[in-house]
Amino acid sequence: MHEPAITPELVAKHNLTPDEYQRVLEILGREPSYTELGIFSVMWSEHCSYKNTRPVLKTFPTKGDNILVGAGEENAGIIDIGDGIAIAFKIESHNHPSAVEPFQGAATGVGGIIRDIFTMGARPVAALNSLRFGELSNPEVRRLFSGVVGGIAHYGNCFGIPTVAGEVCFDKSYEGNPLVNAFALGVLRHDQITRGAAHGIGNPVFYVGPATGRDGLAGAAFASQDLTEESAEKQRGAVQVGDPFMEKLVCEACLELLATGCVAGMQDMGAAGLTCSTCETAARAGTGIEIELDKVPQRAPNMSSYEIMLSESQERMLIVVHKGREEEVKAVFDKWDLPWAEIGVVTNTERMVVRHGGRIVVDVPAKKLADEAPIYQRESREAAYMQGVRSFRLDGIADSVDPLGDLKKILADHTVASKNWVYGQYDHRVRNGSIVCPGSDAAVIRIKADSLPITQAEYAARKSGATDGSEVPPPLADKYVAFTVDCNGGYVYLDPYEGGKAAVTEACRNLACSGAVPVGSTDNLNFGNPHNPEIFWQLKESVRGVADACRALNAPVTGGNVSLYNQRGALGAIDPTPTVAVVGIIEAFEHITTQWFKEAGDAVILLGNPVDTVDPLQGLGGSVCLKALHRIKNGLPPRVDLEAAQILHTTLIGLIREGVVKSAHDCSDGGLAVALAESGFSGQVARETYRFLGATIDLSTFQTPTPEGSAVRLDGLLFGETQNRVVISVAAVDAGRVVKQAQRMGVPASVIGVVGGETLTLRTRSGEFTAPLTTLHEGWWNSIARAMA
Amino acid sequence: MRFAILQFPASNCDQDCLHAARLSGATARFVWHKETSLGDVDAVIVPGGFSYGDYLRCGAIARFSPVMQAVKRFADNGGMVLGICNGFQILCEAGLLPGALIRNRDLTFHCEQVFLKTVNAATPFTADLPNNRPSMMPIAHGEGCYFADAETLIELQARGQILWQYCDALGSVNESANPNGSVLNIAGIANAQFNVAGLMPHPDRAAETVLGSEDGRRVFEGMIAGLKRNRQAA
Repeated sequence: MHEPAITPELVAKHNLTPDEYQRVLEILGREPSYTELGIFSVMWSEHCSYKNTRPVLKTFPTKGDNILVGAGEENAGIIDIGDGIAIAFKIESHNHPSAVEPFQGAATGVGGIIRDIFTMGARPVAALNSLRFGELSNPEVRRLFSGVVGGIAHYGNCFGIPTVAGEVCFDKSYEGNPLVNAFALGVLRHDQITRGAAHGIGNPVFYVGPATGRDGLAGAAFASQDLTEESAEKQRGAVQVGDPFMEKLVCEACLELLATGCVAGMQDMGAAGLTCSTCETAARAGTGIEIELDKVPQRAPNMSSYEIMLSESQERMLIVVHKGREEEVKAVFDKWDLPWAEIGVVTNTERMVVRHGGRIVVDVPAKKLADEAPIYQRESREAAYMQGVRSFRLDGIADSVDPLGDLKKILADHTVASKNWVYGQYDHRVRNGSIVCPGSDAAVIRIKADSLPITQAEYAARKSGATDGSEVPPPLADKYVAFTVDCNGGYVYLDPYEGGKAAVTEACRNLACSGAVPVGSTDNLNFGNPHNPEIFWQLKESVRGVADACRALNAPVTGGNVSLYNQRGALGAIDPTPTVAVVGIIEAFEHITTQWFKEAGDAVILLGNPVDTVDPLQGLGGSVCLKALHRIKNGLPPRVDLEAAQILHTTLIGLIREGVVKSAHDCSDGGLAVALAESGFSGQVARETYRFLGATIDLSTFQTPTPEGSAVRLDGLLFGETQNRVVISVAAVDAGRVVKQAQRMGVPASVIGVVGGETLTLRTRSGEFTAPLTTLHEGWWNSIARAMA
Repeated sequence: MRFAILQFPASNCDQDCLHAARLSGATARFVWHKETSLGDVDAVIVPGGFSYGDYLRCGAIARFSPVMQAVKRFADNGGMVLGICNGFQILCEAGLLPGALIRNRDLTFHCEQVFLKTVNAATPFTADLPNNRPSMMPIAHGEGCYFADAETLIELQARGQILWQYCDALGSVNESANPNGSVLNIAGIANAQFNVAGLMPHPDRAAETVLGSEDGRRVFEGMIAGLKRNRQAA
């Protein structure tokens, strides 16, 4: 087959710089073949190599006593949760594909992250996602939004994984470049951890899954460039097409295969497909690998070695099998009616060798390709806009005169509003584990015996006919896992360091509200083009913030994903968005706490300062209030005191464990008034059946002048987003004790009202305001559906 | 009582059904779609999911599987069969239940808790459900809009084959309580012999208070009680 000659133009087209190409020549000691050029191009793309971010990523805290598989080691991190059980989880982006083809882009994002989980030997049991779009007034944004949600729903629902949590934010900065970050979590026993390593010289290498096509050619490289109108059109072919049915079969077959004990190593073919899976497995094991492309199942005729190696066709796995046990492996594939092929062998050469049509088309040192991509220390410079941000003051911005009218507007803001239009399309209950469904601060699932993959002993017993499968496995000790994903991109834009801290802190606060203690985190760094020093500064600073907060709040990073070049032509770069998913454990069922008020007569307590009096913006910098009511996105966002955060979370969990906390809801977007309203109306019983349980709140004592002499503004008090605050409700008889206990721990606390009735009443120095919960709820519940109708 | 839970490729509520059946006091095990015999069982559950990827039409391929031939024989001999969600679709496609399930009226997948009115309590599937309030169970489907021609509907009504209708919290069967556009708000039906039933809501996901409702377990318990009665009568 005729292959193009390697010219400087061709090298440039493959996004390799002249220096990088020089390095390729040194590694090979000769000119690369066309296929080899393609392979270096994808493996050294940012998506696969983290060449621009590796030095920054090294600053994350990644150590912890419970961490069984740490960041960067494998396809996902794994954490011990006791009794021999562990959880595997990770978040990953599919931004560029979703911008071009929202339905398939998002669907395959879900498919990819689910594969990362079962590749580790874990059964995927829950998913969540973090999505960002432009404003819904734009019809193109609506198309992207509904396509992405539809794609996630299609893939997750069909696979049978509950999508139990997530966040959706809307801001103009994401107009041309939406963000789709998908997270999955799986469960396994410690001895079931599987490595993506090609161990055992002479072991056969199997390919399982659908045939390789021309779809998704070089998707990893596509993800590592700016989006342009032209690239979007041209790269439509770089978007893969997902088949969740196939994924379900591949997953079940792989988990069964692991129980046979035949598997020496396993890796999914994700970004950079066959290329990445072969060279990474060899590099991890310190071995070599040799494959024969003529044996690879192919969907299209006359595919070149370049195309086969770079295809990102979905739902494919590479499996290294202990020699001599091939027949057992084939039997499992056949049971599940899966296409498979034996395509190669593990060697001792430390090289990745690919044959096609009787010729050697690739012969490269595996480790150098996989692990020795060039590393860049990018230039960073504080963004010029920061001067304006720092000097921003509230002078001239009118305080609220109609607080309930303002509250209604804020509640109906699409970022604050209920996401029922989204999560109603996701099956969030399959697998019988969803204890707290979408709509509270964090999702909570229970792990039960059937969450775990089948063991080798169980498999052997079933195989031998010793059991017909009707015996009941011994129950597990109760395990409850909570998780949430958070990031306020506006905060990060206005102050990358504080914004990074806030993302982790909010996630941990959400966990604390649900009764959970963090065990680990995974982050997805979404930024613009790193060659722009101001953007690299955003990245560096926000990573510093995320890292500091993860350290302070004991949520070590176990892995994640970097997505750069999120910008599109004149629309510019997205707000820097390091989304952070934190996973926590709840000790006992009784500790699971939800955000809605439970009983009339209970006392409402605010933990934390009503307003940060040191902040000249009173928590309004970067707030929803400024954006939704005044169309302003400016001002330094509220500061995060990490020590205070840790004390707040510990105190809250302590109170929850004592059994006195009936509801807990964190104050974040929209501030105290939104938290109170949501505590009153967010408990849904069933379709069109809501629980409305209001409260009468007195905030008048908090409006005394600050030490600097300026009075507390009404909008600062109601809608300011001062950090480290939680609204809880407790039985009236416990209120005094709870306040004292919190104060003794160093957490500001006061009783601010009483639960009851179907209205929300706010007493302030500026007057008393009352609104029925039904009218507040209406806009909050329906505003997204209305925009999409 | 011994329950067989069918497993098709991409059944995804098979474990949920096994779990709920066991909680209800049954012995339960999976039966693979390639099996030609059900073995020694008292009842069959056809679980939800996306059997065979729902290519062509929901349940359209599953009905040709070897195990479904065994289920047909089992049902024809009076065996008790319950189809849930995709399982209901499969039973309709297989001709074990009348009518069909088509795309939801708003073309959107819906996952939410719904209320159900028990229309005919004189069947094993419904006998144990609460009679003083609607039952509550979740739905999770994109193609749950029940449809049948006028003649069939008249027959279903006349014979009491409509087992469940979508209703509101107060038990009123009205348009806004209907999540998918089903004709007559039908959520589930039985065959004329009342040994085969299907419903779109998930009793298998409503078998424990920790998941929001225990009502679904009563469907399984009613089946077990019915089987015991049959056995005593025999």
